[in-house]
Amino acid sequence: MKLKYFSAPYLVWMIIFILVPLLMIGFFALTDDNGFTLKYISDVGQYANIFVRSIWLSLIATAICLVVAYPVSFILSRMEKHKQGTMLMIVMLPMWMNFLLRTYAWMTLLGNNGIINHLLGLAGLGSYKLINTSGAVVLGMVYNYLPFMILPLYSVMVKIDRSLFEAASDLGCSSGQTLFRVIIPLSVPGITSGVTMVFVPAISTFIISRMLGGGSNLLIGDLIEMQFLGNAYNPHLGAAISLVLMVIILVIMTVMNQFDPDDQVLM
Amino acid sequence: MKKLGKLYLVLVLLFLYVPIFVLIVFSFNETKSRSVFSGFTLDWYKRLFHNRIIISSLINTIIIASIASVVSTVLGTLAAIGINSMRKVPKAVVMNITNMPIINPEIVTGVSLMLLFVFFAARMNLEFGFVTLLIAHITFDVPYVILNVMPKFNQMDPHLYEAAQDLGCSPFKAFRKVVLPEIMPGVVSGFLMSFTYSLDDFVVSYFTTGSTSQTLPITIYSMTRRKVSPEINALSTLIFIAVIIVLIVKNAIENRAAKKSGTKED
Repeated sequence: MKLKYFSAPYLVWMIIFILVPLLMIGFFALTDDNGFTLKYISDVGQYANIFVRSIWLSLIATAICLVVAYPVSFILSRMEKHKQGTMLMIVMLPMWMNFLLRTYAWMTLLGNNGIINHLLGLAGLGSYKLINTSGAVVLGMVYNYLPFMILPLYSVMVKIDRSLFEAASDLGCSSGQTLFRVIIPLSVPGITSGVTMVFVPAISTFIISRMLGGGSNLLIGDLIEMQFLGNAYNPHLGAAISLVLMVIILVIMTVMNQFDPDDQVLM
Repeated sequence: MKKLGKLYLVLVLLFLYVPIFVLIVFSFNETKSRSVFSGFTLDWYKRLFHNRIIISSLINTIIIASIASVVSTVLGTLAAIGINSMRKVPKAVVMNITNMPIINPEIVTGVSLMLLFVFFAARMNLEFGFVTLLIAHITFDVPYVILNVMPKFNQMDPHLYEAAQDLGCSPFKAFRKVVLPEIMPGVVSGFLMSFTYSLDDFVVSYFTTGSTSQTLPITIYSMTRRKVSPEINALSTLIFIAVIIVLIVKNAIENRAAKKSGTKED
């Protein structure tokens, strides 16, 4: 018996449940009852503002994650070996909580009767509208996806040899120069995969925007969800929006690939 | 500089943990207030254990995660063996399609499966619920098993399997005695990964479930949509404790394994 036939059951499964559903998205996006149409794709244009908002908010969240995570990963990677494992576990532990609960936590913190406003009130600073703002959505994205940035950065940085830093400073680099000419160039694969791992879930979320953004901060994910499970039921339009979302992500990943010398964006 | 680094790490950890701890503290709060702690109570925990919907969705989640991860481990391990012995081009095609559910946003995987199930539901006797959920979970689990098992083949001598057969093993015995032990670590981590992904999944389940079969994340979601209930806080506390226990056990097992292999090498 040839080994390659072992994969036959999976290949059948893959075609029916991965390939066909994706082709159905393309099919639904490009047809209506009368056959081929570009109507739904062009209808997506009506929601340009939602697309711009989604891209903008998830880019901000990704940038914040990168800036916050970079030092964390660096500090972790330079710790003593036996401490690294424990520290990494502590950093990743919140990720094991369901993200609905993590987002719910911020819902109760930021709410109008929440603890932050209560403390501000006690301090005599009055109350602010924290929840249902685009800032709350970005905060939710950063909170939920920060570990996705820390992990790939850490795994690249831990491989950087300490003696390279010494060599750089022996050769006259200031610590700033060491950072920009040694550490950052060597951690590019971690940056590209971290950016992808934060940006993709951030741009397609509908939970964070719904729980923390109220009704006024719709994102692409909300738009898709509304076409399939909401009152606006319109799977053709939903499929068209999904198709455009996939294209946006493909473009971003191709751009990220350009920066990556080793072609290892995914892991 | 070192102190500054430590301070920074502490700040980031506070950011990550304070929301969870506030959630936990208010699970013991007497009133429903989210900002004032008025007194200690275990009432919300009692209510949680008497909440039929939560208990049944928890059982559902465990059943689905167990079946889905076992099926995907078998399917994925067989797939990895087959894919590994494919020619270059078909191998690349299959791996690219396999990567799709991992690269694609979850919502796209969810709605694409929903479209397929709607199509089947209209033509066959298929209802949204347990079966559709299970199929969806297996679909997003298998790629993780394959990605965990595939690298193990690169570390293995490809001629071992043939050698075993030359020495008189049946193909099945050769597989069981030679190939399986080599790829076992990948199989186990693939299984654990798909089990946790299944337990945790909300988005794909949200689009592929019916009213009959709810998983815990879906129940949590509908609870957050309705009025405030500290039961969610109580549930979070229990999940947090469970996570800590699982991670400590996992760490202990890994440390022991590392020590074992360390002494072997010496």
